[in-house]
This record gives sequence, structure tokens and C-alpha cells, in this order.
Amino acid sequence: MNIPYTVEERPDTGLTNGKLGIWLFLASEVMLFGALFSTYIILRMGAPEWPHGELNVTLGAINTVILISSSVTMVMAWASLKMNDFGKHRLFLAATLVLSAVFLVNKYFEYADHFARGEGPAHSTFLAIYFTLTGLHGLHILGGMIVMAYFLGPGAGLWKKNPEQFANRIEVTGLYWHFVDLVWIFLFPVLYLL
Amino acid sequence: MDNVTSHGSVAHGHAHGHDEDHHQDLGFWRKYVFSIDHKVIGIQYTITALLFLLFGFTLMMIMRWQLAYPGRPIPLIGQWLGQDRAPMGIMLPEFYNQLGAMHGTIMVFLGVVPLAVGGFGNFVMPLQIGAPDMAFPKLNMMSYWVYFIGGVTMLASFFAPGGAAQSGWTSYAPLAVIAQSGQTIWLVGMIFLITSSLLGSVNFIVTIVQLRARGLGWMRLPFFVWAQFVTAFLLLLAFPPLEAAGVLQLMDRVAGTSFFMPSGLVVSGKALTVAGGGNPVLWQHLFWFLAHPEVYVLILPAMGIVAEIIANNTRKPLWGYKALVYSVGFLGFMSFVVWAHHMFMTGMGTTMSAFFQTTTMIISIPSVVILTAMLLSLWGASIRFTTPMLFALAFLPMFGIGGLTGLPLGLAPSDIHLHDTYYVIGHFHYVVAPGTIFALFAGVYYWFPKATGKKMNDVLGAIHFWGSFICINIVFMPMFIQGLGGMNRRMYDGGMQYAHNATLLKWNVVIGIAAWALGLFQIPFIINFFASMKWGKAADRNPWEATTLEWLAPSPPGHGNFLTEPIVYRGPYEYSVPGAAKDFSPQFEPEKA
Repeated sequence: MNIPYTVEERPDTGLTNGKLGIWLFLASEVMLFGALFSTYIILRMGAPEWPHGELNVTLGAINTVILISSSVTMVMAWASLKMNDFGKHRLFLAATLVLSAVFLVNKYFEYADHFARGEGPAHSTFLAIYFTLTGLHGLHILGGMIVMAYFLGPGAGLWKKNPEQFANRIEVTGLYWHFVDLVWIFLFPVLYLL
Repeated sequence: MDNVTSHGSVAHGHAHGHDEDHHQDLGFWRKYVFSIDHKVIGIQYTITALLFLLFGFTLMMIMRWQLAYPGRPIPLIGQWLGQDRAPMGIMLPEFYNQLGAMHGTIMVFLGVVPLAVGGFGNFVMPLQIGAPDMAFPKLNMMSYWVYFIGGVTMLASFFAPGGAAQSGWTSYAPLAVIAQSGQTIWLVGMIFLITSSLLGSVNFIVTIVQLRARGLGWMRLPFFVWAQFVTAFLLLLAFPPLEAAGVLQLMDRVAGTSFFMPSGLVVSGKALTVAGGGNPVLWQHLFWFLAHPEVYVLILPAMGIVAEIIANNTRKPLWGYKALVYSVGFLGFMSFVVWAHHMFMTGMGTTMSAFFQTTTMIISIPSVVILTAMLLSLWGASIRFTTPMLFALAFLPMFGIGGLTGLPLGLAPSDIHLHDTYYVIGHFHYVVAPGTIFALFAGVYYWFPKATGKKMNDVLGAIHFWGSFICINIVFMPMFIQGLGGMNRRMYDGGMQYAHNATLLKWNVVIGIAAWALGLFQIPFIINFFASMKWGKAADRNPWEATTLEWLAPSPPGHGNFLTEPIVYRGPYEYSVPGAAKDFSPQFEPEKA
């Protein structure tokens, strides 16, 4: 038994199952982060004062550049598949993986710096929401990295068997990755700059 | 590109062959335990959820003893409950609170929703749209097992130091934040359950959008599928905020943050040392942003089941199919903008409460449209009073009572009097217990022949129905009287120390006896369920002479569901078509030339 429309699009909806699935998943993610951003707004509006300049803006800015670049390499990884260049695809996917690892390493230095000063999540409402938001975002980065590692390793075999399905999977991974990137683009100004 | 396609199709053929070989040597574990077949998963959900319903109901039967006879030792099981729960068999207030919190949690998140969505949705929906399976079968299996882990986690919390969660199913801060460790386990369990629902809802929506059979346009979908479709959207979009809230409360409990803990909080005469600056009302907003749509998650699948059964047993098309579809969509949308009507007592401003009162009154309109359409479907019909139809018919007035008693709660002035009284308990139980759970029983009786190839016994069914119907009304009707008299909920002795309760407490004995009798009347159902599997009357493909696609598949359907690809020729409820040879014209039968 085969499930239809895993590879080819359903004519009347113009979608594959995977693509619709990931968009729905991202919609739920919008609600998840939306609820957390709302929490941030409510807590900040209710606070008598709000700390400024507690975060390392330089590191944050560097991480923003890194994540945006990783989105670019992710698109290239997919586009290379569409141009039938598997070698190039692997190069770009590996680059995305490396960039996301660098992002997490930077994040580690930021976290370590706070803990070294004894300022954990319990220190203030600002740090509480900072650690929760960036921690959850970090977990999303980690999840994306696991998926990318899978497609570089054991998942890569699908290219030989069913290249179109493989390209679809990379596209879906890319959609997720752009979303994770987009969340950071909101997080950076909200937490570091405002 | 050419190269790619040819490559693809070859691989496709190969994968197909491999799949079939693989299918034949499925062992016991892959076939019945870690199955990816939507029907097996649906049955797994159904049985697990029915067990949780029984367990959650048992918790309430124990609580009802304490309310009927406060301070008397619990008979039969009292001595087994342990010193820290019920010394000498007499229930401690803390244990009462645990039972209350866990009754709510189990009934909603582990019983009704998994049965209505995971059970019926999984089993029936793909069959009704003519699909071979769900769009993501492995994800489907994962949904069930994540739900199972969440359920076991919840049960395990009874053995945590200090017992299970005891802050109500709503887990309001700040009490929940400073509660014993059972609350942490509750939060972890909830995160599992939410994850399961999210995976499931993505799967449902994709399946309905992508895997409808040829000819099955949107306006030919059975109403049950529409109800599941809207329900899946509610789960998809309403659950993440509760997940966020759960994470935040977990942070408050584990990492010492103060999202929900205000500064200067004094508990038992001592100032709490918390970071402070948090907002306890924020928890309520995040919670009810989920939990109001959740009410519709509980009721919409039930409406779907009832619609199917009413159409089938009235032998008439459903009255106002299009109005039903538009109403259910509108209901789903509106359910996102009414949540703060649960929070009139938090001191919100009049502008806010005016807004939420207005939206609440608006949302009652589509509910009334749906109920009225179903009621009008009965008009002039020669009704077949089968067991599922008895339950479906009872659903209508029961849900009507539940819905109408909700209106005074949606208006701030009357809500201030009724808030947190037994009136509220009576109201939402009328919606969920004789409403939704009756519809779920109707569904079990209705689709049992499809799942097993055997019919359930009608005599046992009638005993189950009439006993449950009478008892459940004696349980919930007096609660309106108690609530209007001002009797508070969540009191472990029923509120004996309050003078205004003096004349109301006697009802607790009546309710208690009715609740235990209700428990006894579930025994015929349990016997019927298992005995019919073995000795039930054999059912063919279409024992109810129904029109929707699931009755085209063999009973029980094999792997892949349909023997030939189903094609849909007409709408879902073409009963008694003038000029037709028989009184039902199934969707899958072509028009005669």
C-alpha cells in the first residue's frame, strides 16, 4: 500500500503531503512563540523598570548574521538538488550545519557569561524570559541540526532511490529552518536592542 | 529533469514491491502494538481512552463518598489507599484535591479527547474520505505512543512524594507553582499530551485535504469529517499557548523564575522568597486561550458522530447540511476569541468583559444552529430506534441543557453569582458527560460492526442506555440547585461549615447514590463490548444500510482499507431519494443510466 501525494503534487490542491504538513506545523509554532512573545509584552508592561544593556549585542549581531547566512546556504542546498548537483548540495548542507553549530557555540558563551556572574533565570523577570525564549529557540536549532545530520548521513541514500522525494524533504527542512531563522530575527531586536 | 523522473518512477515501483513483501511478514509487535495502520491505532486509542474514562470516573465515585458521607471511612477500597491518602479509610483533604485535579485532567486530556479524536477520528475519518491510511502513518503511531507516555506519567504522579497534582485541572498560579512535586510531573505529562495532539492534528488536516477519494469534493464530505477537520485546527492552534504556559510554569517550579509569581506574596503568614514581578492572571489567559477551544474539541467530534447516526436512523438527508458546515467553521473561529469569559472574576475592566460577553453570545448562535438542524432532521422521519440512535437522540436535549445553562455564565453579572459553584460543574458536565460521552457511546455502538465484523447486543445496549440516562440526570440536575444556592465547588466536605449550604448538602447523598448506580450501569456495556467481539451477530459490510464510504470497505477492513479504489458520485446523506430502488443511495454507487 502506498500513500498518494508523498512525491507528486495533488492536482486540485497543488501540494504534497509533506509541504502542507510542515506549513501546519509552522502555524502551530507561530502560536507557541506568539504566546511567549505575548508573555514578554505583558510582563514588560507590568514591570516598574526594565533592564537595558545586559546582553552582549555584538555576539547577538554576529549570531544574527550567522543564522541569516545559514538560511542562504540552506536554499542553495535545495537549489543544487533541483540542478541535479548532489555534491554541491552536500557542501551547502554541511555549511548550514556548521553555521548552526557556530550559532550554538556563541550562545553557549553568552549563557556561560551570565551563569559566571551568578545571573541565572531566577535573577530577574527579564533574564527569565530571555533564557526561556532563547533556550526554546536553541532547542529548535538543535532539532534542525539533527535533521540535517540525518540527511547528510543515513538519509542521503534516498537521493539514489527517489531524488524527487529527497529534494522535497530538503525543501521541507528548509522551510522549517527559515522559520527558526525568522524567530531569531524577532528575538534579537526584542531582547538585545529594545 | 527527465533523468530525475524516470529515476523516480523506477524507484517507486521497487519501493512498492518491497512494501508488499514487508507487509506479509509483520510480526505480532508490528501488527498490534507498534502498528502504523490507522485502524489499529484508532482501536488502541479507543481502548486506552475507555480505560482512562473508567479510571477517571472511579476517582469521582471515591470523591462522591466523601461528599455524601464526610469523614466516614470509604468502604471496600478505603483501607488500601494508604496512610498519607486516607488514614483508617477516611479521606484527607489533600487526597480529595488530588482526586479532583486528576479527575478533570484524566477525563478531558486522557479520556474524551483521545477517544473522540484519536479513536474515532483515526478509525473512521480515513475510511469516510476513501483514503488508504493517514497521510503520515509513522507520525500517527508516534502520536499514540506519546499520548500513552503522557498518560502513564500522569498516573505515576499519584506515587510522587506528596501525591499527584492538587491544584485543579486548571492549575492556577500561584498555588500550582508552590504545590508539591506532583505538579511538576503533571506539567511534564501535559507537555507529552500536547505534543501528541499537535502531531495528530497536523496528520488529520493533511489527510483530509490531500487524501480525499476521487469525486469527494468539500461539500460532499460527511459532517463527521468536517467536525474532525475543524477540531484538528483548534488543537493545532490552541494547544501551543498551553505548551508555552506549561514551559513557563515548569520554569517557575524548577528554575526559580517568577513568570506567574507576583512580588510580596505571603503564604501561610510567611513572605515567599521568589524573584517576583510575575503575573498570576497571565497563567489564566494562556490556560483559557487553550481551554476554551478545548471545549469545542470535546463537543465538535461528538456533534459529528451524532449527525452521522441521526441521518442514518432517520433515513432522511440531514436538515441544512450547508448551514451545519458553515456553523462548525464559524464556531471554530469564534472559539478563539471568547476565552476570558472564564475570567470575569479576575477584576478585568468593563470594556474587556463587554467584549468577551458579546463574543460569547455570538458563539452560541452557531451552536444553536447545529442543534436545531439536528432536531429538525427528526421531523417526519420514521426513526429506527437502534442502540446508537438512542444515545444520539439523548445527546440532543442533554447538550441543549448544557449549552443553555452556559449562557448565564457567559454574562458577567450572573457569572459573579454563579462562578465557582456547583452550577458551573452541572453546566459543563451536561455538555461533556451526557452530551459528549453519550455521543461517544453512540459512536462505539455504531462503528463496532465496522471494526470487528460483529454487532453489539441491543438488549444490553438498552439497559446501558436507560440506566445511564436516568442516573446521569440525577447526578447533574441537583447540581444546578446546589449552585444556585451558592454552594462552592472544590470543598472536600461539601462546605459543611457554611450556613447557606445547610439545606443543599442532602443532595450530595442523592448524587452519590446516582453516581454509583451509574457506575453499575456501565457493566452491561463492558460485558457487551467484549462478549460481542466473540459471540456478536455477524455484520456484513453495511449493516446499518448507510451511505458514507466507510461502509464500502469490508468489515473489518484490511490493510489499505478498500478492495478497489473508491469513487464518489454524490453527497453524503442521500437517503430515501425519490424514485430510487432502495431508501439509501450510497456515495460509492454510480448513478444508473
